[in-house]
Amino acid sequence: MNAIIVSALLGVVMMFSGIFTTNKTIIKNIATVGVLVLLAANLMEMYNLFSFDINTHDLIVTQRYGLFFNCIAYGATFIYLLLSGDDITEVGVNVAEYFALIFFVLCGVAILSSFNGLLMLFIGVEILSIPLYILTGSDKRNLKSNEASLKYFLMGAFSTGVMLMGIALMYGATGNFGMVQNAGIRGIITAGQQPPYLLVAGVLLLFASMSFKVSAAPFHFWTPDVYDGAPSVFTSFMSTIVKAAGMLAFIRVFENQYMVLGPTWHIIVDFAIVTTLLVGNITAVFQQSVKRMLAYSSIAQAGFMLFALYANNTEIAKEGMLLYAAAYSLATISIFAVLIKLQDYTLDGFNGLAKKEPVLAFAATVSLLSLAGIPLTAGFFAKYYVLAGALQAGGALWLIIVAVLLAAVSVYYYFRVIQAMYFKAGDPETLPISGGFKAVLIGVAALIVILGIWPSALLNWLYF
Amino acid sequence: MIPVLLLFIPLVAGILGFFIKEQKAASNWAIVASVITLLTAVIGIYAMPASMHQFEASWLPNIGASFSVALDGMSKMLVLLTAISMPLIFIATRNNNYSNPGVFYALMLLAQSGLIGVFISMDALLFYFFWELALIPVYFLSSIWGGEKRIAVTFKFFIYTFVGSLLMLVGILFVYLHTKDQSFAWSSFTNTDLLRGQETLPFILFFIAFAIKMPIFPLHTWQPDAYEQAPTATTMVLSGVMVKMGLFAVIRWVLPLFPFASSAFAMPIVILSVIGMIYASLIAIQQDDIKRLIAYSSIAHIGLMAAAIFAGGTLGLQGVQVQMFNHGINVIGLWILANAIENTLGTRKLSELGGLATKAPTMAILFVVLAFANIALPLTNAFIGEFLLFNGLFQYNIWIAAAAGVSIILGAIYTLQMVQKVLFGEVSVITANATEINAYSKWVLIVIVVAVIALGVYPQPLIDLTKDSVNALLVIK
Repeated sequence: MNAIIVSALLGVVMMFSGIFTTNKTIIKNIATVGVLVLLAANLMEMYNLFSFDINTHDLIVTQRYGLFFNCIAYGATFIYLLLSGDDITEVGVNVAEYFALIFFVLCGVAILSSFNGLLMLFIGVEILSIPLYILTGSDKRNLKSNEASLKYFLMGAFSTGVMLMGIALMYGATGNFGMVQNAGIRGIITAGQQPPYLLVAGVLLLFASMSFKVSAAPFHFWTPDVYDGAPSVFTSFMSTIVKAAGMLAFIRVFENQYMVLGPTWHIIVDFAIVTTLLVGNITAVFQQSVKRMLAYSSIAQAGFMLFALYANNTEIAKEGMLLYAAAYSLATISIFAVLIKLQDYTLDGFNGLAKKEPVLAFAATVSLLSLAGIPLTAGFFAKYYVLAGALQAGGALWLIIVAVLLAAVSVYYYFRVIQAMYFKAGDPETLPISGGFKAVLIGVAALIVILGIWPSALLNWLYF
Repeated sequence: MIPVLLLFIPLVAGILGFFIKEQKAASNWAIVASVITLLTAVIGIYAMPASMHQFEASWLPNIGASFSVALDGMSKMLVLLTAISMPLIFIATRNNNYSNPGVFYALMLLAQSGLIGVFISMDALLFYFFWELALIPVYFLSSIWGGEKRIAVTFKFFIYTFVGSLLMLVGILFVYLHTKDQSFAWSSFTNTDLLRGQETLPFILFFIAFAIKMPIFPLHTWQPDAYEQAPTATTMVLSGVMVKMGLFAVIRWVLPLFPFASSAFAMPIVILSVIGMIYASLIAIQQDDIKRLIAYSSIAHIGLMAAAIFAGGTLGLQGVQVQMFNHGINVIGLWILANAIENTLGTRKLSELGGLATKAPTMAILFVVLAFANIALPLTNAFIGEFLLFNGLFQYNIWIAAAAGVSIILGAIYTLQMVQKVLFGEVSVITANATEINAYSKWVLIVIVVAVIALGVYPQPLIDLTKDSVNALLVIK
């Protein structure tokens, strides 16, 4: 409960901060401190020190798992603000509002990690999405940004409609907004009877709309255009913290829901995983722009996160989801932070970066290795956990083999960036780079390696 | 404690090496570090009690992975090979100049650490870690300091092996879920509840990874290009030590884990290996580039070892272990010669060389001895190894042994052809002002040649080193 209230309050604070000062640095610093306050508030609840006591009639139930996810998301946001905070202030004139919107998104994250019912799911998804439509279009004079924003908004609104329809049908079938906690439905399912068609249709619609939110194929079409068109700083935010939160919500809402679909469930998820991995990885190979390549790579990574959905309820899959969220967010934030500093987003724009800015090149390399899932980086254990979870949950071996082969494909496009940086000659133009920026990048790289050697460093927190 | 030291000396030295800027200093640093590693290995293996040969620490208890390393009979030989090779390589190539020398030597030391890790891991997940870690430095080494086509060729090599290792990872996961105590320990992996029929799938997943690394025909296509394009010092690591990873991994992780599948698939694998031997030998005869010739000759030798592993039997397995060591030092010797020729004359083409015997008599003698070792003539170290290998193969199937024998004849053809074209014949324009090889290469080659002959006359030390492991393996089977 702390996270929801504090983040909403901080959003308001940020909005008003724009009235009192126009100094961009001060606003940015307020936001950075704000995230720390948010993180502290969330930790207090996690360790039972202090929490707002509000009776939500079981609409919101905070559990350690969700709170821990909040910590990861807020920690990642903190790093994101440290690395890219200055670039946010360069996007346009309404600096305070960008930070306010980011806090509102974080409020959505907190709701998605603690909702207990379809109604709160819907509210959380909307609180998460609407600020993003604005952030996508925040580069007002850029046509691509406008186009992306409109596209995202129209499609997002449509998928919201689909979600509402699904929820309505499920409500019609069960008479409540619970997540198949309903004893009657449980009875039907355990007795092996056919659940009502209304319910099945509702669950499928919900599946489709959640797939849209996490850009899982075949509902991914908006992703490349939106990620490419949005200002790069916000692409970084959208494709990491927001996506991980969406995925968490997806997994939480289907934790029990899947039973409604019976054996069909695995066919649906198999299909979603395989198409997502195929589309993301194969299309990424052909991209010449690194930003667009990262957009497709984020689809591919979503495919891996879906494995956690596949292996619902197993301990290892839940841990894997957390590790994946952390590993993927850290790596992507860091690679985007480097990308933003470059003037040219094409692959050739990275040529010779290792000579000119060895620290940036090194950090980007560690991040790319992590995204590719090479051992000794967090990405390896993230993939390992979700795959092991799927296999343990009775997943088909062919599915795992397809996934690892496509991970090998991902090596191809990630390594092309490494090749450009280290093995090709060039003199890339960069924005001015501060010493602090480099220090944070090195810190993130170190964190990625630490998690790659000892993932328990993160996961143990879940229990102690 | 010894295995941990062997792992961390090159690792720490490598990390520190990144900060060295100067060529000579970096080279000295690498030589000192690798000599310390060698001393640790020799003292550790011969003078320390067995209790010092193991180390286990908690790593990820919740998934049953531990940092468990051991210097046992199987790994001693290859750890020794790795430890001996690196100083030889560093000293022999001391006159080579690199841009960013500190980084070059640092990556070489990291590769050494990864290789030793592969050989001493007693935990499947740890093994997988080191398997990849040995690869990454080599990828950067070849891509930065390699030949003209280095980027594409090295990338092919990397993707090839990465696909293999990912399949192995799935295999590891599969076996892991069938262990009785949900553990990655080697002892748990060799004692699973896998049924006969269930072994096939993980066996194939593991085997593909190792077959790519060895490489076994038809998965060898990355190898000649990679050897040719990599900087010579890296090629030495690749062919001297790194290909042994595949063979070693089969002995450590395939035979004991999947005894039934191993014997069920033995015949096709042996046949593929023998096809690869003959095929590689035939191509080697056609080669004009010394590096490519040695690369194909290497495929042929590895093919024989792979065949002998699956043919089984005490003598064959013993032969493989002995031969892994012998092939390692012999092929490094050949690469040193190729490197010396390329550096002094600027070409590797056989057609442009000739008459070096009169210009550089010392080199010629060393060259001839190593060439004889490459054909496995008696009195060279390779003879005893190949004898044991053929013995194993002969007991397995006489026709296959005969077919493999053909490659020995072909081996004599291409090796002697190489000797003839390099050392004898007309002195060409290029070789007219050839000089003796430099002192570093010469002394390293003399050490190798002495070892070749000494181990050829008295191979018992090598056989003793591996005896326990082979017996242990046969008990498991």
